[in-house]
Parts: sequence; C-alpha cells; structure tokens
Amino acid sequence: MAATETMTLNMGPQHPSTHGVLRLVLELDGEVIVKVTPHIGFLHRGVEKLSEHRTYHQILPLTDRLDYLAPMSNNLGYILAVEKLMAVEVPDRAETIRIIMAELTRLESHLVWIACHALDIGAMTVFIYAFRERETVMEIYELISGARMTSNFFRVGGLSQDVPDEFVKKVSDFIDVMPGYLDQYEGLLTTNPIWLKRTVGNGVISAEDAIDIGLTGPALRGSGVDWDLRRDNPYSGYEKYQFKVPTGENCDTFDRYKVRLIEMREACKIVRQALDRLTPGPVLADCPQVCYPPKENVYNSIEGLIHHFKIASEGFVAPEGEVYQGVEAPKGELGFYIVSDGGNMPERLRIRPPSFVNLQAIEQMSVGSMIADLVAVIGTLDIVLGEIDR
Amino acid sequence: MGVDNPLGDNVITTSLDLLVNWSRKSSIWPMTFGLACCAIEMMATGASHNDLDRFGIIFRASPRQSDCIIIAGTVTKKMLPVIMTVYEQMPEPKWVIAMGACACSGGIFDTYSVVQGIDEALPVDVYIPGCPPRPEALLFGLLKLQDKIMQERNSFGNAIGLGERYIPEAA
Amino acid sequence: MAENNRAVVKLKETFAASIIDVVEFRGEVTVTVAKNAIIEILSFLKQSLQYNLLTDLTAVDYLGKKEERFMMVYLLYSIPNKDRLRIKTPVTEADCTIPTAIPVWKTANWLEREVFDLFGITFSGHPDLRRILMTDDWVGHPLRKDYPLQGPDREPYKGRLS
Repeated sequence: MAATETMTLNMGPQHPSTHGVLRLVLELDGEVIVKVTPHIGFLHRGVEKLSEHRTYHQILPLTDRLDYLAPMSNNLGYILAVEKLMAVEVPDRAETIRIIMAELTRLESHLVWIACHALDIGAMTVFIYAFRERETVMEIYELISGARMTSNFFRVGGLSQDVPDEFVKKVSDFIDVMPGYLDQYEGLLTTNPIWLKRTVGNGVISAEDAIDIGLTGPALRGSGVDWDLRRDNPYSGYEKYQFKVPTGENCDTFDRYKVRLIEMREACKIVRQALDRLTPGPVLADCPQVCYPPKENVYNSIEGLIHHFKIASEGFVAPEGEVYQGVEAPKGELGFYIVSDGGNMPERLRIRPPSFVNLQAIEQMSVGSMIADLVAVIGTLDIVLGEIDR
Repeated sequence: MGVDNPLGDNVITTSLDLLVNWSRKSSIWPMTFGLACCAIEMMATGASHNDLDRFGIIFRASPRQSDCIIIAGTVTKKMLPVIMTVYEQMPEPKWVIAMGACACSGGIFDTYSVVQGIDEALPVDVYIPGCPPRPEALLFGLLKLQDKIMQERNSFGNAIGLGERYIPEAA
Repeated sequence: MAENNRAVVKLKETFAASIIDVVEFRGEVTVTVAKNAIIEILSFLKQSLQYNLLTDLTAVDYLGKKEERFMMVYLLYSIPNKDRLRIKTPVTEADCTIPTAIPVWKTANWLEREVFDLFGITFSGHPDLRRILMTDDWVGHPLRKDYPLQGPDREPYKGRLS
C-alpha cells in the first residue's frame, strides 16, 4: 500500500472568510484537518507602544480602532480604567448614556457577527438584513458623536457633550423594532436544515477546556459557563439593571449562535430600562484637574479657554500606581491595564484583547473536522483582527 | 454634425477608445480585500443601504478576476508583501484606491510597524480621506475613478497590443 | 485591606519566604513574588484557591527606573469567587528568562509568545516560542523602552512634544 501524505494548505491573509487578515496554515488529510497554525500580526499597528507617547485623553481615539465593530465598548473599558486610576465619580446621566451606547454597540457588533457568520456558511440574505439594521445604529452614533464608526464620544469623567433631543426617540424606535428583526433572522436560520447541519456539533469545546484556554464572553457562555462581568463584577452602574445571562449546553457553534441571539434581545431590554432611567443632569464630572471644561466656558471665557488648552495639550498628572479594568465587550472580556509612573502619559498600557485569547482555541475546536467547518469555527469565534494584532 | 445619419437613432457613433473606457468604467470589479476598520465601511457600502451593484461594481474574491484593489485599512510592514503579491496577480488594466487615512498616509499610526501610505509601494489612482470614510465618500471615490477611466486614451490600441494607455495632460 | 485578602493570607502562610511585596491600590491587590517560586505559586493559586482563569499575562519595561528591568505581570481571575488577583515578578535584563506558565493555564501559550516577541523575555519550557505579531526576521523588541516609536530606521518626527 502506498503511504499517504498530509497536504499543507495556506488560507489567508487574503481570503474572504477569514474576517480580515488572518492567515491559517492547515495540514490536511484529504479534507480532514490535522493541524491548524494561525499566523497573526498582519494588522499590528503598535497601539500599545503609541499609547506610551500619548496623554491619557489622547489615547482615547486609538481605542476606537481596536475592535472597530464595537468602538464604544473599547472607549468604555479604557475610560473606566482611567477613571479608576484618577478616582473620578461620573454623573448618573453620563453613566446611563454610556450603558445605552455600550448595549447598542453590543447589538451592532453581534449584527456584523451574524451577517458575516451566515454569509460564510452561505446565507446571503441575513447579511443584507443585518447590515440594514446596523445602519440605524450607525445613524445613532452619528447623531451623538458626528462619526459613524470611530465615535470618540466618551471622556474621562463623563461624555464629550450631552445627547441631542431626538436621541431618546431614535433609540426607543430602534429597540422597539429590533426584536422583530431578530425574529426574522431566527426564521431564516434557527430551523433551517442547512444551517443546523453546518452548526450543530461543530466546534465543540468543553467548559473545562474553554476556561483553561481562556475563552471569555459568548464563546465561554456557549460552553455552559454562567459568567458575565456585567452581572458578576458590575461596572458603570450595571448592577441597577435586570437582565438574563444566557448559557449553552452542547458547547457547539449552534449554542453560541443561540447565546448571542438571546444577548441581543437582552441588550434591547437593558437599553429600554436605561431610557426609562434617563433623567436630566450634568454629563461631565465637576473635576477640573482631570476633565475638560464645558464648551460654553471655552467659547465665552478666557479662563475656560486656558483650562481647555492645558487639558488638551498637557493632559493631567496621574498618581503612581496600576489599575486593571475589565469590561464585558461583545467579544469577551476586554481589559485595560494601566501602569502609571506619576506622569501625564502611562508608563505602560496593556490591552487585554478578547479575540486574541479566543482565537487560540481555533485548533482545539477544528482539528478532526472538514475545511468547510473551519469557516464556521472562525465565524463563531467572532474575531476581529484590529483587536488581535493591536 | 456633418455626418449623415441614414440608420436613424439606432446607431451611435463613437470612438473605440470611448467604447472600451465606457465598458471598463461600467463594470469595475474590486477585490474583496479588507484590512481594518475601513473594510467594514466598504462592506456597508456594498450592502443593502448603499448598494454598489447599481454602478456595476461587484466584489470579487479572486485577484485574477478583479480590476481594482481598494486598500481599505492600515497597511503594516508584515502585510505589504502580501498586498504586492495580490496586486501583481491582478490582470491589466488595474486601478488602486487608497481608502482612509491609514492607506493614504499612515493616519494616526505613526509607528514602527505601519507603512506610511500605500503609495510608497503601489500607484494610487484615487485617495479617499476619512477615518474611516463614509460609504458616500467611497462611492464618490469610485465615481471619480470612473471619470478617470473615461479620460484614458488609446485604451483600445493598448488592448490589441499597440502602445500604452495614457491620460492626456489637462489643458 | 490587602492583608485580609483571601489569597494574600494563604500565600503568606505557604510561601512566606518568596513574597517580596503586597500592595493595594484602588481596591486591587498586587502581590510581588520572587521569580524562582513563580510557577509553584501560580499552580497553588489555581489548585487551592480556584483562580482558574488567567485573564492576562504581560510585562512592563522599567528601563532606568528600577534595578530589575522587567516586571512580569499575571492577572488572575476566579470564576467561582468572582475576584481578581495580580501577581508580579521581577526579571533582570542579564537573566532575561522565566519558566513558562503553560502547564498551569493553556492560555499562557500565545500571551507568552507575545511577551517574547515584544519584550524579548524568553520562556523556558515553552513548546513553540516564535514571534507572533512581528515578522520572523524582525530585529529588536518593539515594546522595550529603548526601541524608538517610529522604528530604528526612521528619523523621528520632531513637530510635537511626544
């Protein structure tokens, strides 16, 4: 009998279903995967190094571009870490608006996930539908911050400005119709035999393995681990909201799909509660050492102008120490670890990227399955390369 | 016009160059090649709300079927050789669009690992500023590319192996 | 207070000789330990105190600020108890190596590769210690403080303060 050899196949970095510039070197026995070696770093932009040369306020725009599908979640994580370092109290209205935006961001990120995941497996319609809804979220982004994706809206101590009057109605209208749209997606996918064939039993990872490899977020909850930072270590006032944390049972791609869909429904509920809590008030803490002055002062008084200039050019001096703040970003635990040496720039800013750690599981989840299943695994991990490579 | 029109309105008189240019500009097939944040806006431009298909712009997954590459995102030193390979695989005629601040100039990422603008390596036809550019901006950039294609001369001659394509100097 | 933290109490009982420093800042407890006991301490924390999730593993470069140039940082989380702990250990430039934490958590694999890539700290016992973000033939370790932001081959832009 002739000896059989495995074949090496290169997938990416230019490949339509690698979600960016991921490169995988596959070792195949026929169509069965024997080994997966991911190669990353094709989008390494040096954000951590750049942060060591920026003042705390100037780092914020860099965080927008980490996980560019969820810019406000990144902003929130970073801002909370700086606020912890500076011990700044945030006004109630600002916290509530932050939560509304963080949850809308979760919706947006999951919409892009379902669009790409379904497109990779062959369901084009869902892509068209999900991008239609995403456009509404982008309009809300634009309404409050002026930018569609890179919002840069939060500030240390609160928000850059208050939201316009039509904000509440626009958000409220959107979350009224969103559950109906989710039903549409479910109607297209949940009982679709092709979708079931491609996702049930695909990419199985047990709860113990998932924790050992460091999975977080929906990928971990899909394996049945009931853990959500929003509930277990609440930040930014999440303890005031009622929401369910969904978990899966079969640890496969289909369960992770179900978990994310329920999360989207829960996000709508959280936004509704937050809209009900929204009361008029200041949106920036009264902490002149750290925060920007209100715009009226900048435009109308010389003191305000000087204050603004000082904060914008020199920034503020942080106490010596180190803090870590983790938030439940759409993809998992996003953490910012700041080491301050007592200057106006961080000595070291470490970003704990959820996608980076989650991507490690790809080998465990796909060895022994077909190449076509690998595409489903990439989709279910919901990676974004901007965050993996930083 | 001094030209008889014996066949009525059923015939259009034009030059072969214009015909070639018109067909090229009406079916720009860009490559699906997302690098970073801009790729998401590129997807949004192709998706339901903005719909690129109505301009004959259809994304292709293979460089061998494409005639335009949209550099949508930050180009790193690690990625540059890959982009060069992909660009070389594209058949002539081919055009390059630099989408977003990073592709135009490196953007805010003035660091050790980032190429400071794709024009260090590829001949860029259209630059689209913005971080990221809105879908409308990308559409405008593609329309500008169409204008540019319409200005090309000797495109027919080039296609049958006679001389180079060129754009006449602006008068 | 840091002294009452459940992990600090146990660590002081078991590894009294290896603990260099215990600090609490903004409610976060940081324990600095000696390098030779790091893996023992990490596996003790995982086995006995349920710190089952390695959230992050990274390094800090204190060039010219501390005697030992690098500081390895391990961020641990306990899913059953929902609390965090930070373990740090100094690494000198002369002996720029530390045992790998992969036997304790598989998560450490890529995180250690990243530290190796960007800081140049080697991990003894690591099965696959290659560069991860930079190309294989890259010279230097970008996150070291003596590596210029814009790379060694470029004249730095002088138009701004930073």
